[in-house]
Formats: sequence, C-alpha cells, structure tokens
Amino acid sequence: MRIVEYETKQLLKDQGFPVPQGDLVSSPQEANQVAARLGGQVVLKVQIPLGGRMKAGGVRFGDSPEAAELEAGALLGQKIRGFTVDRLLVEEKISIASEVYLGALYDANSRSPVLLASTSGGIDVESAGSVIRRPFSCVLPPSDYIGREVAAQLGFTGQVFLRFSSLVNQVIQCFLKWDAALLEINPLGLDARGAWWVADAHLDLDDDAAFRQAQLLEKVLYSAKLASQKSEFELLASKINQADHRGVAGRLVRFDGNLGLLIGGGGASLTSFDAVLDAGLKPANYCEIGGNPSVWKIQELTKLILSQPQVDRLAVIMNVVSNTRVDLVARGVIKGILQMNLDPAKVIVAFRIPGSWENEGRAILDHYGVRYFGRETSIDQVVEAIKCQS
Amino acid sequence: MSILVNTDTRILVQGITGREAATFVRESIQYGARVVAGVTPGKGGMQAHGVPVFDTVAAALKANPCDATIISVPAPFVRDAAWEAANNGLKLAVIITENIPKRDVAALLERASTCGMRVVGPNSLGIISPGQTRVGMCGGKAEDVRRAYKPGFTGVISRSGGMMTEIASLLTQNDIGQSTCVSIGGDPLIGSTFLDLLPLYEDDPNTRALVLFCEPGGTMEERLAEHLAVHPSRLPVVAFVGGRFADRMQGQRFGHAGSIVEGNSGSPAGKMEVLRKAGVHVVEKLSQIPGIIHDLVGREV
Repeated sequence: MRIVEYETKQLLKDQGFPVPQGDLVSSPQEANQVAARLGGQVVLKVQIPLGGRMKAGGVRFGDSPEAAELEAGALLGQKIRGFTVDRLLVEEKISIASEVYLGALYDANSRSPVLLASTSGGIDVESAGSVIRRPFSCVLPPSDYIGREVAAQLGFTGQVFLRFSSLVNQVIQCFLKWDAALLEINPLGLDARGAWWVADAHLDLDDDAAFRQAQLLEKVLYSAKLASQKSEFELLASKINQADHRGVAGRLVRFDGNLGLLIGGGGASLTSFDAVLDAGLKPANYCEIGGNPSVWKIQELTKLILSQPQVDRLAVIMNVVSNTRVDLVARGVIKGILQMNLDPAKVIVAFRIPGSWENEGRAILDHYGVRYFGRETSIDQVVEAIKCQS
Repeated sequence: MSILVNTDTRILVQGITGREAATFVRESIQYGARVVAGVTPGKGGMQAHGVPVFDTVAAALKANPCDATIISVPAPFVRDAAWEAANNGLKLAVIITENIPKRDVAALLERASTCGMRVVGPNSLGIISPGQTRVGMCGGKAEDVRRAYKPGFTGVISRSGGMMTEIASLLTQNDIGQSTCVSIGGDPLIGSTFLDLLPLYEDDPNTRALVLFCEPGGTMEERLAEHLAVHPSRLPVVAFVGGRFADRMQGQRFGHAGSIVEGNSGSPAGKMEVLRKAGVHVVEKLSQIPGIIHDLVGREV
C-alpha cells in the first residue's frame, strides 16, 4: 500500500527526521489559515498515492495566505491521474541549495534490501547515472558505519557528513521496522546553513506484513482509504470474492470489448490475455481465477461479466489444473448463463480447462451443447478457434 | 537424468499436518516420492499419512536423515521454519507458502545463503523429476501428474506453477519428456532464478534442452541474457514470455506479485529482445514450443 506524502512525513517526523512544518487541509480557507500560521510562503501539494505530481500539475506555490487560498481552490476537486483531490499538504517553503536522493527497497538481484543514494536527487533520479547501491542485512542488527560509508562515498564532510550518515541509518531502521517495501526521501534537501530537510517522501508498506503492523496502519488511515477505492465493477467483483472463501477471483479489470473472459491462474491468465489481443479479439475484462472456486463464485462472476451491455460472448480458459475442479467451474458458468436467460451454447465461445474432474466437466458442457477443449489444444490454439468462429 | 531431486531424495515436510500438506503428501507418496519425516511443533509422536511427525527439525533428522525439505507453514512462521532447516544442515528447501512478508523472505534467503541451503520459492509449486520424485505439489494428484509429466530430456523452469504443468503437458502430448521441472515462484524476491539453475541443467548429461516460462517484472530474464551473451550454453534454450500486454498498462499488476512493469524495468518486450540477442529461442505462441524443441534436438528427446 502506498502511503501519501503527508502521512509518510508524519511517521518520519515521529522518528526525528527533519520535516518542514505543514498541515493537511481540505478547503481553500484552511489553506489560507495554515499559510498565515507558517509565515506566508508555502508549497501546496495534492495528496494522492502516486508519483509525478509535479509534472501532473499537482504542486503549486503561494507567496501569501491569499495566494495559497487561491491555489488551493484550483487544486481541490481536480482529478489527477484518476484520483479526485480532496486533501492538500500545505507546507512551509524551504530554500534548498542542493538535492539528494535517499531510498531503500528490496532488490531481487542481491536478494536483500538495498540502500540507494545519489547526489542527483529530484524528479528524474531514475535516469540519473551515479547511484550508490548498498545492500544491507535483514539478519544482523543495523550498524551505524553503513551510514558513514555512504555519506563518505557521496563526498560529504564535517557536520553535513555526520547528519547525513545518521539519516541513512534512520532510513534503514524505519524501512525494516515498518515492513516497508519502499522508503524514499526524494529530494532530501540541503539548505544554505547545512541543515537537511525531507522535502518529499514516498513510503510503500508491504501488504503481506499487515498482520504485524497494526499500530502503524492506524497512522495511515487516509492512505488506506485511497487504496481501497475501486470502480463499481471492481467493487462488485471483490464482494463476490469475499463472500465465499473458496478459490480466488483476482482483480477484475474492465475493458470495452465484447468478449468476456474467465481466465486463470496467474501465468495462464497473462498468456491467454496476450493470445486474445494477438488474435485481434476485443476483451471485455481481465479476470484471473485460481484455487478451487465454488460453483456460486463462478456463477456470480459469470453474471457480473455478462451484465456489461457490450458483452455478448464468454471464453473460459485455464492451464492444466490440479487444484481447481473443472466440473465446478463448468457448473458455475452454465448456471450463471442460465440465470440470465441466455443460451450457454451461444454465449460460451470456448471452454478450455484440462485437469482434475475434466470428464465430469465435459459431460456438463456437452449436455448444454458447449464445445469443450482439452489439453490437446494449447491456449493460443483455443483463442485461434474463437477467432475463426467470429 | 535430473537436477536437484531424484528417486533417492529423502523428503522432510515442515507443516506436514496442515491442510495443504495433507493433500500433497499423500499424492506425492503415491507418485513415488520418499517423504520420510514431518515437523509440526506440538504434534511430535503422531503420524501423518504414515509419515512420522516430530516437534523439531533436529529430532526429525536424527531419526530420519533428509536431503530436502518442503516448507508449507503459514506465512508468519516461514522465516523461522527456514532458519530451522538451514541451521540443521538441510541443503535444499522448497517453500510453497505465499504472501510472506518481504523482510522475512530477505532474512531467510540471507541465512540460507550463509548456511549453504538452496531455496526454491517462496510461492513455488515444487520441483518434479518425472518418473522419479516430486518435491512439492505441482501437477496435483498422482494420476494427474503421470498424465501431464513424463520422464525425458527437457528441463523446464517456470515463474508460474500452473504454466509449468501446462508446458510439461504440452511437451508430453508431443512425446517430449522432461528431466526436471522447477516452479521458482512468481514473487519478486525468490531463492532460485533462471540463472541460478542453468548451470545445474548444463551439468546434467541427460538434459538436452531447456524451456523457460517468463513473466513481466524483475530482471531475472535480463540477468540470464547477460550471462548467455558471454557464456553460451551447451543447451538450446526456448523461452516464452507471458503478459506482453503489460507493456501497455504500466504500473498495473496482473498475475503474480512479481509481474509489474515500472518504467523501463521488467518490460516483456525488453526481455524478449535481450533473450533473443543472447541466442535464446523466444517463441510468440506456446504451441510452437514442441516443434522448436524437435527442430533443435531432434526427435530423440
């Protein structure tokens, strides 16, 4: 889960990081008041869980409380990259002399967390060349020398060196303690007096560690609310998924084609979706099923997919299954279609799930005149067959 | 004619009394796997499918020495179980459990590397050397496994457990047997990558070709390509990249946790290009795999 800047900064502030003063506002009047309290010159930033806000026009400056109010009025209610802006961070404007990038994340290559630091901080750090990569341990207790070595590598000296090295160590500690998937301070600004400032920060929490981070999660409620925002279609799908623990219906994503898809599991859904697009067919959705879903779950998903007005056909494609029962999926799809008063033989353009209980599944489909494809027809060949039918 | 596991491999199952293990242990034994001991703390002295259960790995190994362990305990306990296996000298761990916190995965991989224990997974469906043994749950029931997999000379490594059985089944249908198939797991952080396993297949005299199922995200394919460009393999390598459409939907996750394209990293198109440049036979359609294997190594595979 991505944590918005304001909540990330509050967490960092609690740990002693140098965070500029600021507050969260939801109206232009509040922006005016906060700006007045902060002494006039402020920066206003939309609180959405996405990067690239500057480029998307989500960051503005105000030289006075009145200007801040005006800018806040322009930003609030805007739709930026799919999110409606209803909160702004109004923060004192810090004069930064130079910018540094400091971050920690997991690196698949070294199979460990890695600290990244660069003196070319700012918006386009990804394309900057000289980034220091320093893997650190999840087993050994954190040690302060790592921070000093990184600070030395970046060429800092004196008080700036000492303060920076302690920030590096704090980043490592918070990253591990919070079960972060990513913690980035970018930019970490250095002002003319040699003080460091957390100008912007990005925190991603590892969803798989939520079970042991209850206290932390109470401090990021706004981000949790944003993360749970779904389209109506996705919401209905996740309701179906949650109503029955058997099997999983992964994220349902809607497209505007006429071919409904029930595909799975993880790798086969990728393969099937590629094949559908390669064949020039128009998918209505992406929907990944797995585990051993109940008849009810499949029936409801079928109805949800077919309830979109432009959808007139349905393809059911999975890899050779061992856990999923072919007959239960077949039963669910048929039931869903019958409940919508449609003809399974006309709606289902392909049903391809080889594996456990396939004979029973095949018998059900035969009864309704639906063509069954087994393991002898590979995924791309099934899609090719659909194309030939249309 | 296999890597990592063969007919002699003695298997320990950590979490043997769990719901998932209940199914795969019984079916693995039916397939011929030598599951010799299990561990569930507090259930020592019991039997599960005829396999003795112990409270600790140390006690299990003392009674019944093992060559490999399958870790199938709930996510919060995997790190501990893996450390226990590594500290007791096990050299191979297959981790079935998914949704393990990243910090735990990194911690267990770090400890395993110190102790010299190879980790396959997490989120792996297991390793199978057809006709010999299965360490994990790939392919499901013994009869289904026999139908999808058959002994032979082609290695398969897959980031998707389901697609591993799909590819094996496709090969089997076309009379191409498999030496060993490894489901390495679809997570971003895993113990064994394509590149880690390649030398093992190269050293196996009975492996004559290698098939890879790749996905968007991560840099595992790129690392393999970099290696192959400098050290060409004696094995012809065939790769299929699932999820090409992800290039058009940046930042959105489809399929596995590891398959996300962000910026230039992890793009399927990029992976296909570097693999091709490194001499890998990248196919656009799954159904092309058997034909290309026949072309590359002849009918005797």
